[in-house]
Amino acid sequence: MAGPGADMQWCFSQVKGAIDDDVAEADIISTVEFNHTGELLATGDKGGRVVIFQQEIENKNLPQFRSEYNVYSTFQSHEPEFDYLKSLEIEEKINKIRWLPQKNAAQFLLSTNDKTIKLWKISERDKRPEGYNLKEEDGRYKDPNSITALRVPVLIPMDLMVEASPRRVFSNAHTYHINSISVNSDNETYLSADDLRINLWNLEITDRSFNIVDIKPTNMEELTEVITAAEFHPLHCNTLVYSSSKGTIRLCDMRESALCDKHSKLFEEPEDPSNRSFFSEIISSISDVKFSHNGRYMMTRDYLSVKVWDLNMENRPVETYQVHEYLRSKLCSLYENDCIFDKFECCWNGNDSVVMTGSYNNFFRMFERSQRRDVTLEASRENSKPLQVLKPRKVCAGGKRKKDEISVDSLDFNKKILHTAWHPQENIIAVATTNNLYIFQDKVN
Amino acid sequence: MINTMECAVDAQSLISISLMKIHNSRTQRGGIKLHKNLLVSYVLRNARQVYIKEKYAEIYRMQQYEEVMTVCNEIQELNPLDVEAEDREEEQLERAACCGEAAAIHREDCVKEPEPGFYRSCCMEPAPHYEHFTLTNTNNNNTHCNKTTVLDLDTHVVTTVENGYLHQDCCCDPQTPQRKRKGDFGCGASDPEDVPDFSTARKRARREDCALPSLEYTDTSNISNLISIFGSGFSGLLSRQADLEQICSKPALASLGAWTRAIVAF
Repeated sequence: MAGPGADMQWCFSQVKGAIDDDVAEADIISTVEFNHTGELLATGDKGGRVVIFQQEIENKNLPQFRSEYNVYSTFQSHEPEFDYLKSLEIEEKINKIRWLPQKNAAQFLLSTNDKTIKLWKISERDKRPEGYNLKEEDGRYKDPNSITALRVPVLIPMDLMVEASPRRVFSNAHTYHINSISVNSDNETYLSADDLRINLWNLEITDRSFNIVDIKPTNMEELTEVITAAEFHPLHCNTLVYSSSKGTIRLCDMRESALCDKHSKLFEEPEDPSNRSFFSEIISSISDVKFSHNGRYMMTRDYLSVKVWDLNMENRPVETYQVHEYLRSKLCSLYENDCIFDKFECCWNGNDSVVMTGSYNNFFRMFERSQRRDVTLEASRENSKPLQVLKPRKVCAGGKRKKDEISVDSLDFNKKILHTAWHPQENIIAVATTNNLYIFQDKVN
Repeated sequence: MINTMECAVDAQSLISISLMKIHNSRTQRGGIKLHKNLLVSYVLRNARQVYIKEKYAEIYRMQQYEEVMTVCNEIQELNPLDVEAEDREEEQLERAACCGEAAAIHREDCVKEPEPGFYRSCCMEPAPHYEHFTLTNTNNNNTHCNKTTVLDLDTHVVTTVENGYLHQDCCCDPQTPQRKRKGDFGCGASDPEDVPDFSTARKRARREDCALPSLEYTDTSNISNLISIFGSGFSGLLSRQADLEQICSKPALASLGAWTRAIVAF
């Protein structure tokens, strides 16, 4: 796949979801994830539902339509629950979806809410058997005396039916809220992380899991940091990383000991003392961590920036990209309206040359690493004509506002893009606004 | 050193906003979010540090002013013409000392505030630029103004002063090492058995949960105390009729208890 290059332009492809401005809370998209081939795109929402889109292959000959995604399957993954012991409601919101690599005709994904992880099997049925000896077509049993001959039932084509069935339910392993799941490259295990602990599961076994990281202090009053995200290395099945609310990332090697409380590497950048404010701790909290596809780098997202780290260098990131530095002077208001707690995710493109993350006002940002170019684009219904090229946007931080620029004060902080995903092989991106999913593709000349 | 220039909101407002967030998180669907509350407690700590520093600066300025005034007064005292003025001042002080509402605002919750007291010389009239609601410790049987609790109506802060000087124990290092985050909810429940005592430092030392020496400022007890203060509302602080029962009333204590239970269970 060719890198974006300087001529890269993005076009609108599709938008999924209600046009209605009045957003139903259950429709708020909470996670977006392509599968390993990019053919399937899964979204989870606050109502506990999973919607899977499939890329239409028939139109692959027509390049401009190659990325048309249509609904493939919809199912209710999680329901709201009640913890009677603590008198707490457990939200059904899907926090994360992770696909398993495909092993057979069926597709498998893990979906999780705050407390329970489920393994779902999504399978197609496009044939049905016909010609039973003992049953009528409608299922009624035949009178055995009326049977005079035997025949072999045949499979006849039928309309495609996609079924989703829960194959495993992994529950009761987390006291705190699950924030991450990650499938190991060994295809046998996966991890789940909550605020204070990381557990290792076998995909086949639901009644036990191993605790591999535990940062809970003996005295909860001494708590200073929590785990915010965790991921397995894409190639080394013994390596995982987890990020903390203090802005540190710890790399652990599971071969070293059963309990990985002692990290192998600690990635931390010293804070710039001149930037110290009331909110320093909040904005340094890492909201997402993602390994690059080649496993040499990892990327972290904190409130104002994206950092790329070389796994061999612990004392500082190799690249830092400012997502919306103009917000630094607005932290007070963002604290008051809770926006400062928004957890933005980030993602790599297929060949690790570009990173992408979301911002406010339905803006999202792409950073091209080698050429240090960045662009701000907008996901909006106004720019939703088929194949319409997205115009780069610019935010005016202060001073005289140029034409086409948007001033910081007119940004809509209710329109936030927290979840984005990049097709693993092609230049197709999925960008989730509050309740809509936008699909963009690069312009094909 | 926290740069407060960028922030339009002052430390006091940040403290109340933060407490409101913690308070609201109790009723949020899905249970208390540990991460968010941890971050809010950091803001709370930072805001308090700035607030304390500002108060210290103010007190230092006041102290210097007082010293100058005291010297001036002493010089004046030598002047026989001012004996009457002196008598008048003493009368004023006695009236204040007998102020019956000492117990009203005086409650352990306020007292636990490790705020340094406003300097108040016994020979001095209240400073003109802010109002005082001055109380004395009637439990003390002391009619002299050597222990004073002051409510600043501008900032709604209750502080104590001993002997007219900044109490030694109240001098806390603003650069305290990082302590309990998320608030020490476990030891947040107020202890009704504690004898009301104006010395905040001694109060802190008596708290079993707080392992730090009394000199060291504890975020946790203070956060929990602020919560209990906030829970009863600022009106409780302001009202002259507000008495111990109202603040430490069953509903207020009960809600605090529920709060601590929720956290502990979590």
